[in-house]
Amino acid sequence: MNAAPHQTDLKPHTPGTDTSVVQTGAEVLLRVLSEQGVEVIFGYPGGAVLPIYDAIFRQNAIRHVLVRHEQAAVHAAEAYARSTGKVGVVLVTSGPGATNTVTGLLDAMLDSIPVVCFSGQVGVPLIGTDAFQEADTTGITRPATKYNYLIRRADEIAPSVHEAFHIARSGRPGPVLVDLPKNLMVGPAPYTAPPRAPHPSYQPQTEPGREAIARAVAAMKGARKPLFYTGGGVINAGPEASVALRRLVEKTGFPCTSTLMGLGAMPSDDRRFLGMLGMHGTYEANMATHDCDVLIALGSRFDDRVTGRLDAFSPGSFKIHADIDPSQINKIVRVDVGVVGDVRRVIEMMLEEWDCTPANPRQPIDLAQWWHQIGEWRGLDSLGFTQDMTPGAIIRPQYAIRRLHELATATGRDTYVSTEVGQHQMWAAQHFGFDRPNRWLTSGGLGTMGYGLPAAVGAQIAHPDALVIDIAGEASILMNIQELSTIAQYRLPVKVFILNNQYMGMVRQWQELLHESRYSESYSAALPDFVKLAESFHGRGLRATCVDELDGVITEMLAHPGPVVADICVAQEENCYPMIPSGAPHNQMLLGPGQDDEISAEGRMLV
Amino acid sequence: MTTQQEIPVSAVIAIQVENESGALARVIGLFSGRGYNIESLTVAPVDETRHQSRINIVTTATPRVLEQIRAQVERLVPVYRVSVMTKQDAHVAREMALVKVIASGERRADALRIAQAFRAHPVDASATSFVFELTGATDKLDAFIDLMRPLGLAEVSRTGIVAIARGAAIL
Repeated sequence: MNAAPHQTDLKPHTPGTDTSVVQTGAEVLLRVLSEQGVEVIFGYPGGAVLPIYDAIFRQNAIRHVLVRHEQAAVHAAEAYARSTGKVGVVLVTSGPGATNTVTGLLDAMLDSIPVVCFSGQVGVPLIGTDAFQEADTTGITRPATKYNYLIRRADEIAPSVHEAFHIARSGRPGPVLVDLPKNLMVGPAPYTAPPRAPHPSYQPQTEPGREAIARAVAAMKGARKPLFYTGGGVINAGPEASVALRRLVEKTGFPCTSTLMGLGAMPSDDRRFLGMLGMHGTYEANMATHDCDVLIALGSRFDDRVTGRLDAFSPGSFKIHADIDPSQINKIVRVDVGVVGDVRRVIEMMLEEWDCTPANPRQPIDLAQWWHQIGEWRGLDSLGFTQDMTPGAIIRPQYAIRRLHELATATGRDTYVSTEVGQHQMWAAQHFGFDRPNRWLTSGGLGTMGYGLPAAVGAQIAHPDALVIDIAGEASILMNIQELSTIAQYRLPVKVFILNNQYMGMVRQWQELLHESRYSESYSAALPDFVKLAESFHGRGLRATCVDELDGVITEMLAHPGPVVADICVAQEENCYPMIPSGAPHNQMLLGPGQDDEISAEGRMLV
Repeated sequence: MTTQQEIPVSAVIAIQVENESGALARVIGLFSGRGYNIESLTVAPVDETRHQSRINIVTTATPRVLEQIRAQVERLVPVYRVSVMTKQDAHVAREMALVKVIASGERRADALRIAQAFRAHPVDASATSFVFELTGATDKLDAFIDLMRPLGLAEVSRTGIVAIARGAAIL
């Protein structure tokens, strides 16, 4: 890039350039945001973005939500995006404001969430001088974003911001950062309409090839033990993709399992849905993955939490992999048919192809035996547990989630669930049944503790009348607890449901299984009184210490019109089962305690 | 997975990118971040009107990893096209070196003689030194530099490889 020319050196008038009123860079920015359909910005002000905050003050089209930490702004924007299908927008200041967003940006990167983050920057003449609150933001965020910009001239503002939204939402969605030097926000800037041909080198392929679809469907027609393995791509492809998936599952009669990120695409109680697969997936989902003869991966990426030991992953199957990102195909697992394209189009074309391909008369599809086998695996009830119902008995965390699900469903309200990261997240995935897409907000790829509370903020801002619950652990919740203040300020009726076992539960579980119960630093010492904590943030605090208090607390929480923190004291040493131990294949799951002595030395090396 | 997929081979990755700030950083950051090796790297603008530059990276990796490198680089926003050239793909690869030799007397004459045999041109000369310019395949440059070592080799500057496919095929 050339040395920065003088910032007032505007381009001559060109068609499509509105020069009737001279606008500042900040005003042009907000105008572009309006045109991109932005309704909400999650942000935190500071020196370098004062001109933008001043422009926000003088308009009413876009609402600003003040978070209490920049990381939370990104998580809130992620949940806003994931629950609405729109692009989430973040605004932070330079230096620490920008560096605080890095975890959130990488989280959005790994879970393919469309977010545009605007960061302030010191004025162009000061860049590179170690000025106050200066950071090499584009350098720091380059591997944490799909793309980023450092704006160096006023005439780059409008085209780059338009393009940032296009890149964030198209192809495989992801976070885009735009770094905005302060002087360019104060000075005059030209407005330009969205470019007709954005970034010529960026041409994501969304339409799948017919030939690949035909090969995939031919294999599906010949399958005796088929399985759909669907992921977050189905959610990202919009609710129509889930509708199409349900039709495809119905039409083919194939069983379907889902990754953590794909939950909700299939109704949890559909008889063809086997539940989640992977490390804490159901026995039937993992056994079916191991034994299937045709595996159809749709918008999923063979993550290590899903595959377990790679050389033993679904060893005998013909593999079909559809993804919008060509680099995912053959990345981890060699596949027989790769289909590049938007997964909604892939599913729709599979449906069409299925109808026009005649079944092989000599080999009619007969899945009865396969379903019989699946039924046997299901019979093991791998998610089963027993709750002691005697008054005063300790609450088991699985039971708490089941009751939360049942009582939340009974309200009939549209329900969004976010989580933090750890055991509670897995129990929520296992026991809170999701029946619709875009209702499940969790940090899958990056596994960010502290995601859930700001995510609940984002979801509740997007859906003010919905029931929004953050299922949390007592350790994770403290990582972004300051957002209780945001919740108070905007009177968001978020329900925080803490499964409090006084341990970083998943760390403790791994220490028990891999390190002979040496619980190094995983005890949650010096916890706050969550009831008083809630009250100090102007919310209601509730606590359940035994099973006979649970329903009352949940009912009161759901009925209360304002924010609630419910401290659910659960069994301290409960482990999350079933589990594929590190380094083991899918058909060697641990179904419960007492099978823990078989983790290999190799397995200990894995994360 | 065949065994051939697991034998590392040398390859030139040719990358056509938008000539914009940060494009090179994105490419080399991807290499270091994903643990791919860079043995040599060249970059220069090649198309002024379309604002495109070409990056040539020499790496050694298994065919499977090379396929991943191609896919990962290709999905970067400012990247137009990527081609991976291994021994099997007919291509021309050249490198240039500037080699400074400080010598006098017999050794000075020897250096000149060898330079002639390698078609290395003296582009600078002083009473005590030469700078030779030499273009060719990497092993030719290596051989020349090895021969200059006992004759007063003082400094070497090399471009790294630039490569292009043979025949009418274009990137």
